[in-house]
Amino acid sequence: MDRYLDRLNVYASRLVSQKEYFVPGHRACQGCAEALALRLVAKALGRNNVIACATGCMEIVSSPLPLTSWEVPWIHVAFDNTAAVASGIEAGLKVLMRKGRIPKQRINVMGMAGDGGTSDIGLQALSGALERGHNMIYVCFDNEAYMNTGIQRSSSTPFGASTTTSPAGTVVPGQTTWKKNMPEIAAAHNIPYVATACASYPFDLMEKVKKASDIEGPAYIHILSVCPTGWRIPPQSAIHAGRLAVETGFFPLYEVEKGKYRLSVDLPTLRPIEEYLKIQGRFRHLTAEMIDEIQQRVHEEYRKLQKKVEMTNQG
Amino acid sequence: MAKRVGMEVSIAAAEAVKQANTDIVAAYPITPQTHIVEHLSELVNNGELDAEFIPVESEHSAMSVCAGGAAVGARTFTCTSSQGLILMSEIVYAASSLRLPMLMILANRSLNSPLSIWNDHSDVMAIRDCGWIQVFADNGQEVYDHVFVGYRVAEDRNVLTPFIVNLDGFILTHVIEPIEMIEQEVVDRYLPPYQPLHRLHPDRPVTMGCFGPPILFTEAKKAQDEAMNKTMPHILQAWQEFGDLTGRYYHPVETHETEGAKIIVVTQGALGETASVGIEHMREHNEAVGLVKIRLWRPFPFDEFRKAVKGAELVVVMDRAISYGGPGGPLAGEVRAALYPEESHPRVVNFIIGLGGRDVSPGDFVEMIQQAKVKPGEWYEIHGVRE
Repeated sequence: MDRYLDRLNVYASRLVSQKEYFVPGHRACQGCAEALALRLVAKALGRNNVIACATGCMEIVSSPLPLTSWEVPWIHVAFDNTAAVASGIEAGLKVLMRKGRIPKQRINVMGMAGDGGTSDIGLQALSGALERGHNMIYVCFDNEAYMNTGIQRSSSTPFGASTTTSPAGTVVPGQTTWKKNMPEIAAAHNIPYVATACASYPFDLMEKVKKASDIEGPAYIHILSVCPTGWRIPPQSAIHAGRLAVETGFFPLYEVEKGKYRLSVDLPTLRPIEEYLKIQGRFRHLTAEMIDEIQQRVHEEYRKLQKKVEMTNQG
Repeated sequence: MAKRVGMEVSIAAAEAVKQANTDIVAAYPITPQTHIVEHLSELVNNGELDAEFIPVESEHSAMSVCAGGAAVGARTFTCTSSQGLILMSEIVYAASSLRLPMLMILANRSLNSPLSIWNDHSDVMAIRDCGWIQVFADNGQEVYDHVFVGYRVAEDRNVLTPFIVNLDGFILTHVIEPIEMIEQEVVDRYLPPYQPLHRLHPDRPVTMGCFGPPILFTEAKKAQDEAMNKTMPHILQAWQEFGDLTGRYYHPVETHETEGAKIIVVTQGALGETASVGIEHMREHNEAVGLVKIRLWRPFPFDEFRKAVKGAELVVVMDRAISYGGPGGPLAGEVRAALYPEESHPRVVNFIIGLGGRDVSPGDFVEMIQQAKVKPGEWYEIHGVRE
């Protein structure tokens, strides 16, 4: 058993609800860790939840007319406006309850989108919603490219990765920019809760989602969602890849609660980044120099994060 | 008794939104729409309207907030102009396809470039086929009245289609007009709270906005087209009931001096009032000229329009937008399409006028009508261009 799954004793399987709200039968690829993460998120939020979903993998796999995978109310409007649609849902429920037109009860509102729908085309709508302070959760399912349209690069694609619009060419070796740091952008809005998560750490993920739903005001959760199809790994390696992303420090799991940083999985030593890169076809072309460059950057980012933890927890 | 009050048309529009007990106002500032939202934010912040005022970061989000709000069953309102409409247009199409009732006031303004904050109809014509019910207002009273009519029609379970009220930017938005305010008790009788057929709520989960595979997409669109075509009797009914309560009866097309007219001028929006002055002048000189104002733009009132221009030999269509490389203006295209099936149809001459706030006087109408008499049917001209 993975030593970082130490909360398993708290979450004996019978304590996790059997009830699914994102139900089987959807059309996600084999080994899709995004569908798994979504299932866990929906489970953690439970029945009283309304979802606004952006265009993307999770939208098309779950809602081909006349079928649906959703046991909770769910709406898709477009690609770039999920946070605004969720804002309208939140405002609508609030005003209708205030005016006595629907019964008063606690209903969680969640906006969800992929990395393209969040860090690229939906960033403006998200920033607006976070700034206005709607009481909602926004979850970014980050599979690090536009997988739904055929693995095109996004601003969340990591440096060096080969995608269909950042191919590993003879002159340009894949993605030339570093992954946009969305959780930090969300945290810069001074919202009460920001967290990163990964389906390879299911209990940590569900705990964060529950925490986010209990907090008044906007909460942002960024979930690394391993995509075997786009990352060029075997479907059965998805969970393993997610663990390596965390254990190498490439995708640290942390929370920012009312401005205080906390590492969810504090690693005394980070595994070499090469272990994470070498199992993925999208990094197959990387030279030793590029791997070294990535390694330095990962260490640097991890140290910055550790410093934020220290700084925000003093006194 | 209903009060007659002098007020700016934008303020009257906002007062109507308040009287309609709107639940969500989401808007982004753009000239010349601003006075409407400014006044609404005052009404909300002073506790006169119990609504959520969402000061969004773009028009795109304004329409998205309205979509989310309407999906949970709230009565939502936005208003915009020009570039704002074009930015939100992606969601304008989605809202009607999702059959979400809502109201938009569109303070008509030209489109860039060059930048112009002044009036024409380029903005609304760019979203002509967006699947919303669309009306043009001639004056402030019509704007005020159509807030109630708009919600009433949009929320009708036989309709469930969003509603746009067009008013000419500055020409209407910024002028003070006498407005007959309807008593709240009458508004409440005409417009009860919105009862959605479906709403996003955990007690009865629904999935909205599915992805449509080719096997079903055409059927979904056919259903939407049929639904739009079936809205007409419900619009007429809503106007009839509104008239019974207020004494103000509206029709899809309004006619002025068309009896025995050989020449008929066709307008939309505030131009109609200017045109009628020019036409009256010509009538005084024994010219058989009449005026037809198209109030209902979508669904287009084909039958009513054909009836209104029956007997005319020349129809002169005034457009405030260009269809580049097309037949002239979009209204002329529609008029020609409406008249083509007729066995004998009048000549349709088209003028494009009043672009980007260019003033149009009653004398201009006289001049254009005289010119039209000798022009062929396929002809169009941008009128009033400085040499």
